[in-house]
Amino acid sequence: MSAPRDYESIPGTYVYDAERGRVGYHLNMFCMSLNDPENRKAFKADESAYLDRFPLTPEQKEAVLKRDWLGMLKVGGNIYYTIKIAFCDGLTFQDVAGMMCSMPKEDYAKMMMDGGRTPEGNMFKPGASPEKK
Amino acid sequence: MARIVGGIACSHVPAIGAALDKGNAGNPYWKPYFDGTVPAREWLAKLKPDVAILIYNDHANALSLQLIPTFLLGTAAEFPVADEGFGPRPVPKVYGHPKLAWHLTESLILDEFDMTIANEMPVDHGLTVPLSVTCGQVDQWPFKVIPLCVNVIQYPPPTGVRCFKLGQAIRRAVEEYPEDLRVVVYGTGGMSHQLQGERAGFVNQDFDRNFLDGMVSDPEKLTKISHTQYMRESGSEGIEMVMWLAMRGALGPRVREAYRFYRVPTSNTASGLLCMEPA
Repeated sequence: MSAPRDYESIPGTYVYDAERGRVGYHLNMFCMSLNDPENRKAFKADESAYLDRFPLTPEQKEAVLKRDWLGMLKVGGNIYYTIKIAFCDGLTFQDVAGMMCSMPKEDYAKMMMDGGRTPEGNMFKPGASPEKK
Repeated sequence: MARIVGGIACSHVPAIGAALDKGNAGNPYWKPYFDGTVPAREWLAKLKPDVAILIYNDHANALSLQLIPTFLLGTAAEFPVADEGFGPRPVPKVYGHPKLAWHLTESLILDEFDMTIANEMPVDHGLTVPLSVTCGQVDQWPFKVIPLCVNVIQYPPPTGVRCFKLGQAIRRAVEEYPEDLRVVVYGTGGMSHQLQGERAGFVNQDFDRNFLDGMVSDPEKLTKISHTQYMRESGSEGIEMVMWLAMRGALGPRVREAYRFYRVPTSNTASGLLCMEPA
């Protein structure tokens, strides 16, 4: 039984489902390789050459090189994997979270201190109200 | 006979571990959180468990996308602490309980839960942070730990009702074990949070407070929450709370609440800590 992908109506969310798993596997396995300190060194020494070891699409490679964190999710990245690139760069989870939602780091930190992003207005994409679901 | 003497729901936010490891637990950001964990530590110390069954998820450390077991049980005698990309956490090695772990494996599989068996694996913050929160900074963990990993990284994770039933099967298996052992069960992760996309930072305090209430008084109701509902209402990573239901299933129908603590924010997350005893 395959459930309807009704989660597509959640705004700003990229569920790592079968579809993304199918296209994102090699991108995420590249990220996984950065758990090894030798690989981190090789990646830093020549990012493009290191990425060519993995069968990535041109869009995936470009998203990594540009550190387009949101773009990586759109081409099959899984946040638990792509965050390993950020750790390799010396960034924190909160740095990346701010960049994904285009907020300055300080504003993002303040939003969290104030209780986080609120549910009001953030549960459905425009036009996807509970009634129309 | 072995018996389950307690259940602990605990968030496993990596920053909690980092705050302890770097000596920042007393600073103004972290002190309110760690102050809130003290009663749980005292309660657990009095409970004197011999073994913990710790239900958590690995974060691309022991496991990758190469092999994705839905339920995995660690049968090893010891589990090294994983290097998650910046060196292993400076915490004690985790010692397993192979005899009970193998008994659980056999019993659960014959009870129709198809467990993957791990004879060797490192454990990451998903397991060590809840231990740090509930045991403090110690030279050795005060009990043996059986890791039980649940896939919540590749959609779909097992359903809440499946996790709850797994917990019930764990209870049956523990009660069949002949040796006198005091067992606690951890359900980790949560509460509401989202780490990805334009909606990163999402927190839903009403959802969390209702969930905490339900864990104590009406867990069957919580098993009806759909995956989409978790992701929509508690953030895409809030779906980790299915692991709390596995723990709750292991406690039996009625529980006594021993302690509850809830705090926003803990890094990017709403954190919860709930201690219960079978009633």
